[in-house]
Amino acid sequence: MAFLEVQGLSKIYPGKDGKPVPVFQDVDFSIEQGEFVCIVGHSGCGKTTILNILAGLDTASEGVVIMDRREVVGPSLDRGVVFQGHALMPWLSVMKNIAFAVRSRWPEWDRIQVEVHCQKFIDMVGLTGAEHKKPAELSGGMKQRVGIARAFAIQPKMLLLDEPFGALDALTRGVIQDELLKICAATRQTVFMITHDVDEALLLADRILLMSNGPRAVIAEAVRNTMSAPRARHNMHHDSQYYPIRNHLVDFLLNRSKPHSGGAPDAHQRGAAKVISFRH
Amino acid sequence: MSVGSRDFWGAAALSLLFLLVLLGVWQLATPPKQHAAGANDEYAKLMGRGAKKTEGFPTPSQLGETAWKNLADPFYDRGSNDKGIGIQLAYSLARVGAGYALAILFAVPFGFLIGMSPLMHRALDPFIQVLKPISPLAWMPLALYTIKDSSVSGVFVIFICSVWPMLINTAHGVASVRRDWLDVARTLEVKTLRRAFRVILPAAAPTILTGMRISMGIAWLVIVAAEMLVGGTGIGYFVWNEWNNLNLANVIFAILTIGVVGMALDLAIGRLQKLVTYAD
Repeated sequence: MAFLEVQGLSKIYPGKDGKPVPVFQDVDFSIEQGEFVCIVGHSGCGKTTILNILAGLDTASEGVVIMDRREVVGPSLDRGVVFQGHALMPWLSVMKNIAFAVRSRWPEWDRIQVEVHCQKFIDMVGLTGAEHKKPAELSGGMKQRVGIARAFAIQPKMLLLDEPFGALDALTRGVIQDELLKICAATRQTVFMITHDVDEALLLADRILLMSNGPRAVIAEAVRNTMSAPRARHNMHHDSQYYPIRNHLVDFLLNRSKPHSGGAPDAHQRGAAKVISFRH
Repeated sequence: MSVGSRDFWGAAALSLLFLLVLLGVWQLATPPKQHAAGANDEYAKLMGRGAKKTEGFPTPSQLGETAWKNLADPFYDRGSNDKGIGIQLAYSLARVGAGYALAILFAVPFGFLIGMSPLMHRALDPFIQVLKPISPLAWMPLALYTIKDSSVSGVFVIFICSVWPMLINTAHGVASVRRDWLDVARTLEVKTLRRAFRVILPAAAPTILTGMRISMGIAWLVIVAAEMLVGGTGIGYFVWNEWNNLNLANVIFAILTIGVVGMALDLAIGRLQKLVTYAD
């Protein structure tokens, strides 16, 4: 059994005519310990809902999520979440935002222990010197780093990232992607991440799940990233695997994501998604 | 000199000019009257010590003299109808303080309840909507009948007028705490009480303080009217008593005092409000 198992997940909302419409259905996938998985798809296919169900913040209409042999029934400190809009508490400084999470995880720790632990993660995301600044004094990129540090600081078994770099400019995004890659490689963190950015997925992910358009979205394909690790942003595009995989992903998003939408899913869409692996 | 400080001094100079113009017009409009000397002397003899009865509308200089006299000895107590302005103010402030404190003790917890529970909000909303527009003085007969103490009735009237803005603002502030922050608390498995005090309270604090500021404004307006009605002590009673004495200079002095104290109270809560306000 894999570290995380998602089986037969569906989310059904009441439609306009009162008939229930599944946003996505029969979503099955698994994530191994230490694996970095990205999910890519157009807006409205329910990616964030899936992530929220994994986090325990939302409930599925059907299906189960099993992490580390236990069913996910609610939010837990075992799963750290980095929110789309950073979700820092603006009345707390950087240090105190992270300390709030650390105290939740280890209530028995004293002030010094908490501070030392927080400082380690502040240094890790390169925010040394900004400990006592309030979120309003930080740039968008710095805020998101605090969010990442907060999620890492509770040392969860799994990290869930909801398009963490969506609101950042390209330069900042690149820098933080590199940092995230470094940290994940060092900590062997299991990660599930939503992104819109194909290059981001190629850089970070070991496996990329492609979602068809909603309603009735499914995970149509699971693409294994066969580019040799460690990858780096500055030379990734010289890898012989880069263009075949990238083209495959872009083709999916532009052309193949549509036919799945509408109507009942046909036989091959049900159950396990097609697994694509590029090899020479 | 910076632009800011130039603006400040410019405004201050203009304020001073307006004040001087106002005082000048006032002085010109209230010429001192010439009295038939004999009658006045006889009257003075009859009245003994407090004989300097003002005739007509006081001039600015008479007001200044009155103000000086009042401020020079603000805490004298010569029986129930002759107390210093300081003592009268202390009575009013004590009543406002007591009623206002009771209102905080009641409104903040109930506001939390209403804000947290949409059901309670819908259930209690009709009561609030009906009770809110009632002039607090309209409660006076009921308060006097049930409480049977004029001073405590004053406190009750302050309570009833300050409670609504606080209640409504607390409920609104609590209900509109950003979902992100609550989700963060949920993923960190934060317990209910800690969530209430560490997340919801600081998030709603600026809105709650706005309610408190409005309440304080209303309370200070109402205490004057309430004390005129029930009599005995307080700055409102002082105004009414001096009107009965036909001492307009004292009335004007009391009016100005009410304004200055009201401003000070507003500034104090404004300072507090600044402390809890966060930039987002």
